[in-house]
Amino acid sequence: MSKQLFYKDITEGEDITPLVKQPTTTQLVMWAGASGDFNPIHYDKDYALKQGLPGIIVHGQLSAAFLGQMLTDWIGDHGHLKKLSLSYKGMNLPGELLTCKGTVTRKYTEGNQRLIALKIWLENPRGEKTLTGTAVVSLPSKD
Amino acid sequence: MAIDSQTISELESRIGVESPPLVYDIEKGMIQRFARAVGDANPLWQDEDYARKRGYGGIIAPPNFILTLGFDRVLEIYTSDASITVLHGSTEFEHHRAVQVGDVITVTAKIVNVRERQGKAGATVFVTFEMAYSNQRQEAVADCRQMAIIY
Repeated sequence: MSKQLFYKDITEGEDITPLVKQPTTTQLVMWAGASGDFNPIHYDKDYALKQGLPGIIVHGQLSAAFLGQMLTDWIGDHGHLKKLSLSYKGMNLPGELLTCKGTVTRKYTEGNQRLIALKIWLENPRGEKTLTGTAVVSLPSKD
Repeated sequence: MAIDSQTISELESRIGVESPPLVYDIEKGMIQRFARAVGDANPLWQDEDYARKRGYGGIIAPPNFILTLGFDRVLEIYTSDASITVLHGSTEFEHHRAVQVGDVITVTAKIVNVRERQGKAGATVFVTFEMAYSNQRQEAVADCRQMAIIY
């Protein structure tokens, strides 16, 4: 993995490394199998259209997992993702480029824990934030 | 293509009632399938030696993995009718410790809130579930609150 991030390296207001995803229909089927979420709106286009949706849509939990990956990639092997709070604001369609982004809002300590609070979101190609939220991670100190 | 009042009252009658516990043996294949589906190549989720060298007991799961345990079953229990649409509204997740291969995770779920809104096309119902996840040592692994939008 990339080199370890440490608490002292973080500045409030900084942007974290973004992560770009482009889920395919195949990936949605893989996710259905891996997660057990067989809601047909994610793989059956006729059904999705009948339910009034624009077509099959990306699982909310898969989009959430993309944001999770952005965070675990960023915090490195010795960081810990402690909290994730997300609101699903819009639907994501397979084939679209989805960009996960985040900004550090606060760094603070609690007992012996070194914590970073972030604002995180997922953006579609039209710049709409379809999934937004906050996260708290802990990072190791340098020594 | 709508949720009926009987289903809504049934959901309401279950507020606060804990579901029977669901138990999952965490196997390497489950974690690897999850990571592949996300497209996440982090060696912590794939490579036992790598994970051990970094102080973990073995392959661990990405934090979001645990959210899939029991999520499908909860939705199935409450909405078995194919004419009902279920969308995801929100997730609040507290992750206390990493899940590791070999763990046995017990999930309990309960509905904590049911809110109904009448619209032109019928009723939309916002159902909030709380789920608690613990391991074989009775340690809390995670807590989660999920809101589903059902219509």
